[in-house]
Amino acid sequence: MNRRIFLKTSGLALVGSALTPGVFVRMAQAGTTRGKKVLVAIFQRGAVDGLNVVVPHGEKGYFTARPSIAIRNSIDLDGFFGLHPSMASLHPYFKDRSLAFIHAVGSPDSTRSHFDAQDFMETGTPGVKSTRDGFLSRALDSQKAKSPLRAVSITPNLPRILSGKADALAISDITRYGVQSEASAFETMYGGAAFEAAKLLRGVSATTAQYPRGPLAQSLRQIAQLIKADVGLEVAFTDVGGWDTHAGQGGSEGQLANNLALFAQAVAAFAKDLGSRMSDVTLVTMSEFGRTVRENGNRGTDHGHGTVMMTMGGAVKGGKVYGKWPGLEALYENRDLPVTTDFRDVFAEILRRDLGVTNLARVFPGYTSS
Amino acid sequence: MKRLILAAAVFATSLQASPTHVLNRLAFGPRPGDVERIQKMGVDRWIEEQLHPQRIDDRAMHEQLKRYETLSMSSADLLTKYYRPIVEARKAEEDLQPLRREAQKVIVELSAQRILRAAHSERQLNEVMVDFWMNHFNVFAGKGIDRFLLTSYERDVIRPHIWGRFEDLLMATAKSPAMLFYLDNARSQKRGVNENYAREIMELHTLGVDGGYTQKDVTELARALTGWSLARPNGFVFRRALHDRGAKAVLGVKLQANGGIEEGERMIRFLAAHPSTARHIAWKLCQRLVADDPPKSLVDRVARRFTETRGDLRETVKAVITSAEFNDPKYYGAKTKTPFEYAISAIRAVGGTIHNPLPLMRTLQKMGQPLYFAQPPTGYSDSAEDWSSSGALVERINFATALASNRLPGVRARDLSLADVALRAETRKTIASQTQEPAAVAGLILGSPEFQKQ
Repeated sequence: MNRRIFLKTSGLALVGSALTPGVFVRMAQAGTTRGKKVLVAIFQRGAVDGLNVVVPHGEKGYFTARPSIAIRNSIDLDGFFGLHPSMASLHPYFKDRSLAFIHAVGSPDSTRSHFDAQDFMETGTPGVKSTRDGFLSRALDSQKAKSPLRAVSITPNLPRILSGKADALAISDITRYGVQSEASAFETMYGGAAFEAAKLLRGVSATTAQYPRGPLAQSLRQIAQLIKADVGLEVAFTDVGGWDTHAGQGGSEGQLANNLALFAQAVAAFAKDLGSRMSDVTLVTMSEFGRTVRENGNRGTDHGHGTVMMTMGGAVKGGKVYGKWPGLEALYENRDLPVTTDFRDVFAEILRRDLGVTNLARVFPGYTSS
Repeated sequence: MKRLILAAAVFATSLQASPTHVLNRLAFGPRPGDVERIQKMGVDRWIEEQLHPQRIDDRAMHEQLKRYETLSMSSADLLTKYYRPIVEARKAEEDLQPLRREAQKVIVELSAQRILRAAHSERQLNEVMVDFWMNHFNVFAGKGIDRFLLTSYERDVIRPHIWGRFEDLLMATAKSPAMLFYLDNARSQKRGVNENYAREIMELHTLGVDGGYTQKDVTELARALTGWSLARPNGFVFRRALHDRGAKAVLGVKLQANGGIEEGERMIRFLAAHPSTARHIAWKLCQRLVADDPPKSLVDRVARRFTETRGDLRETVKAVITSAEFNDPKYYGAKTKTPFEYAISAIRAVGGTIHNPLPLMRTLQKMGQPLYFAQPPTGYSDSAEDWSSSGALVERINFATALASNRLPGVRARDLSLADVALRAETRKTIASQTQEPAAVAGLILGSPEFQKQ
């Protein structure tokens, strides 16, 4: 994939062009954006079935491989791919060109271990077990320390992707984060840096925005609060599970459909909540691998290879499904969707453009993006 | 910010006496007076006693747990009493919420017994190993009916086998309804092989991810385990009709056609005895009991002991905890406590009694380690780097000050002297300059970098 393919060179590039400007760009023209870029990464842990998220309905083999779980009523995106109907709430953003998908994307490593594959993805060094720090940490590290809230993970513990030299904060509830008593002594014991974030968070105001139920919605609500409060957030991370659909995966309805609906509604609520500020945001999803092309005997799918990523925001050249489609004839190890785009290509472009990372060789050592 | 906690490891070396180290690692930390008690009876004798938990009088614990009626119920009874009404209400399209709340009782009582046993049982090493093996053979309570199967899983599958042979423990988990359901093997059949369990038994339970198996081995083992299923409502059954009767080859072992249940059992015994399994189990035990990155010489020795005793877990654990490495002062205070270890050790340190474990369950959730709710089959991490974020630190600090000042619901602190906590001089100075008030001092000690370590 061409590296520059899916991000505009500027968030406002489309203004005045013949293309319909994305909704966030239109809102940005109203002048409320502050121009600081934020990356919001969502890890779909458990390996999401990309073939049932962005459905290759133009591919006959898709339906024969999945007699009971194929999506037959997907929302057409481009005549070949269609969106799972549970994700209808995101379709307007695709139409508005603020949302794009990248298909047949993933890690080149062949492991089908959730844990290894997640680790490889988060360290940004597929196949190398000795890497301890995460690639988003390295991306931040190459720049000067700024706000103690420049990198925040809405998770109880710091994920590998943000582990490393750059300060990053893991926090599950921003509204009740802070030392309740004897704060100054604890500051002396641990150093003040550990608690600076708490002080900043006190200034973050409550939100009345409507979000659906579910943990992802709660995480995204908090990320939106941080973005709106201008506390210096540059990278936000959160994760959401429930994608490991070995059995009873369902089709247009059922297990995966329910999970996708919660997912899409959460992301749509986030975009609505941020309004024009979304023009400063690039949201991106990732998952450790995809799932087998053929359904298994339990109307589910087993661990596979290539899957789909989604990216959304003011800087995204949306309305398109990117990636080189490999077809479903020649499968990876005769079972999985091949990976034709390395996930690092997607991140490399975002990091360079949004975080101003120039030294990508340090972020993804040993890798030259195509 | 993890550096903040890790830095605390440096000083601990010369300060801790061996009984404290032993109580930190082989128990959930010392209670007031424990160090003296162990010193008096001798550390070696205490360890030997702990290695034979059935010899330790634990009647008080037993009495305390009697009030939780679900702990002694069979899975069949639990499903009938708590799950069937939900199914029926769903069919009748009635409100499920009151029934779901009622059903919570099962997992709440199970969590309560784990917390109470860890804090108050005299069989401390037993509880440490229950924590280890429940985590090694993790089953997620959030998956479907597993919340009703975990009571029996811990009571009948894990606890009776942790001092026996690894092969028996492995076989018991393989045939347990909780595991069969959690990793989908109950649904795997010849016309639809589900490879989830076959992969995890090799990657996580036995060989380890680098233990030398291929995708082909995963698929072939999954075929061998087809038909290993659940009998309604709660038992193991081999369904011959669903078993793939063809010939197979797993890890170089040729399985003739029509091998029945025996071929699966044979492969499980083969996996239990595999050299990679010995290394993997040895490494994990050493990581838990000695250091995040345990010395290779020790791991090798423990693996040899595992092999020569045909997977005798008492002998294997003994090889770890009676080693020179275990007693090497450089490992004193070298491990960061998990949230469970931290919370329980803090309660023990202040001679605490738990009246109501429910608030503690919530505390563990906030600290990132809710009991029985680790979703991935890996269970929770046993490595400092995964428990040292500053967000989690704030939760710990707030827990510490609340516990010491008796603001923590359900728990009563009784002794704030905390004489067994080795503090750096500068920490003592910081505390002294902040406050003299006993509860505040105790809160600062429990929240200190030193107390995050063991």
